[in-house]
Amino acid sequence: MSDKTPVLEMRSVDKSFGPIDVLHEISLRVHPGEVLCLLGDNGAGKSTLIKTLSGVHKPTRGEILMDGEPVVFESPRDAQGRGIATVHQFGGTYPLMSIGRNFFVGAEPTKGWGPFKVFDRKTANETAVKAVREFGITRIEDGDRLVGGLSGGERQSLAIARAVHFGARVLILDEPTAALGVKQAAHVLRIVNEAKKRGLAVIFITHQVMHAMTVGDHFAVLIRGAVAADFRKGEKTREEITDLMAGGETMADLEAQIEGYMETHEGHVPQAN
Amino acid sequence: MSALGSAIRRPEAAAVISLIGIIAFYAIFGGVDLGKLFGAASWVNFAANLGIVAIPVGLLMISGQLDISIGAMIPAGSMTVAILSGYYELPIVVGMLGALGLGVLVGLVNGILTVRTTVPSLIITLGTLVAMQGVVLAGAKLLTGAASVPLAAPEWAKFLFGRLIGNSHQVAIVWWLLFAAVLGFVVHRTKYGNWLFAMGGDRESARNAGIPVDRMTIGLFVLSATSAAFVGMCGAILFNSAQVSGGMNYIFNSVVCVVVGGVLLTGGYGSVIGIFIGTLTFAIVNQGIYFTDIDRNWANLIIGVTLLIAVAMNGTFREFALSLGPRKIKKGGQANV
Repeated sequence: MSDKTPVLEMRSVDKSFGPIDVLHEISLRVHPGEVLCLLGDNGAGKSTLIKTLSGVHKPTRGEILMDGEPVVFESPRDAQGRGIATVHQFGGTYPLMSIGRNFFVGAEPTKGWGPFKVFDRKTANETAVKAVREFGITRIEDGDRLVGGLSGGERQSLAIARAVHFGARVLILDEPTAALGVKQAAHVLRIVNEAKKRGLAVIFITHQVMHAMTVGDHFAVLIRGAVAADFRKGEKTREEITDLMAGGETMADLEAQIEGYMETHEGHVPQAN
Repeated sequence: MSALGSAIRRPEAAAVISLIGIIAFYAIFGGVDLGKLFGAASWVNFAANLGIVAIPVGLLMISGQLDISIGAMIPAGSMTVAILSGYYELPIVVGMLGALGLGVLVGLVNGILTVRTTVPSLIITLGTLVAMQGVVLAGAKLLTGAASVPLAAPEWAKFLFGRLIGNSHQVAIVWWLLFAAVLGFVVHRTKYGNWLFAMGGDRESARNAGIPVDRMTIGLFVLSATSAAFVGMCGAILFNSAQVSGGMNYIFNSVVCVVVGGVLLTGGYGSVIGIFIGTLTFAIVNQGIYFTDIDRNWANLIIGVTLLIAVAMNGTFREFALSLGPRKIKKGGQANV
């Protein structure tokens, strides 16, 4: 896979806000049909990295390349136009709007002419339901249902299906499983796999090592704004990764004390700094 | 899905029940002659003037904002037309454009301050409300030396904006129906409505989806301030004079109409028809009480109780709408996600 051109690449990207350096020398690449897991504790710079990739921030130094060509994202809308879709925890779904309306926010299908162009509810509902069902959410049959009535996993799936439908090539998933139960998280992971199978490049941001290891092909651990480790599937164990995320401190002693906690842990290891 | 299920899922469900409930209450406990009530003009006139303001106030609430400066924009609209066309004897068109232009201007100020600062729109419009009261009062004193200005509008202006149809019903009723129909179409049938609900649901996501959130917000503030100025202008043309006072009642009254009509105070949910029915309900409670044997002074108690019941029903129906999720579980298939 490494001989192909990465769909999205960061080369020595720095990002500072005034005197504060948030990202230093970040170099990452993601290929079509590959899942890049971005691991890091709170405050490691994950959010800033996502925002830089999705066009909210511009890099202070370094460059971003798409298909080998340097690009500058003027706005989130611009990044979206180039096929980069960011899905936040519940972002992009509106609980009190119908599935059909949610799916097409900002890109409404219309029929009729001139001032009488009306929202084409039937097409919207049919397209949305079909797209979501193709991702395995067969429980959704009626596009008029309000999204707030869906489970967290289903809402994530709707957002991902939406991004894929509108031609996303790179899918940035910001902590998609953080607020979900075990079953729902498993479902979202299945959908990540489905997106990968369809040839999308997926950047999966998480601090749940287990989830990352389930779907990831390639891993990068972010510590204090720098890539502390960059490795492929199977090169490190779960303990090693957790250890890395905690900033290299050995977790063994701690683990012994809080074994029970670790079973259900949400990746909340003690702060590295 | 059953017809009842669909009906109850609509944002205006509670408003319809409130309206029927209040008419039934007046008929049973107030001894109202329903024929007389429905034939009367007082509450319809009241509803029309309030309704023209309540619809844009409601749309702003759906988008996640509040506008209370309408309370000052009603006298501001009527004083502007009266001062320009009455006191200075300029053509009525100038006065009318002045009134509506002032609405646009204040709406722009409200809108731009809301999108440019982090101050909540309730506070911003509280500021413009008080400021405009000062402008109207001081301006009237300065220019005319009086707090009340007469206006003699020409026939055509009276015909369009200040006529009594059949000697009782204000022409504002026609404007209200027209306004409700047009905005109802835009909000529920076009993509702009989708944008409105998305803005109220999650402003940041809506912005990321490419919706011109700031422009929409400013536009809605312009609409509400201008609608209020329009109501004031029509009043001045109808009554042949304008006063600096009045209008403050519209603030709370319009919020009651909007909330009874099923709009969620925090935005993202509601309907134009709901606001319309909420306004009818409010007007019947407020003005219909004169047709009952009930002492007029109880009216506010009834309004308060109606509001609380309607809000409780709104909450219940909204929960119900949300929980009407897909429940069909196929045997052997994926049970629950």
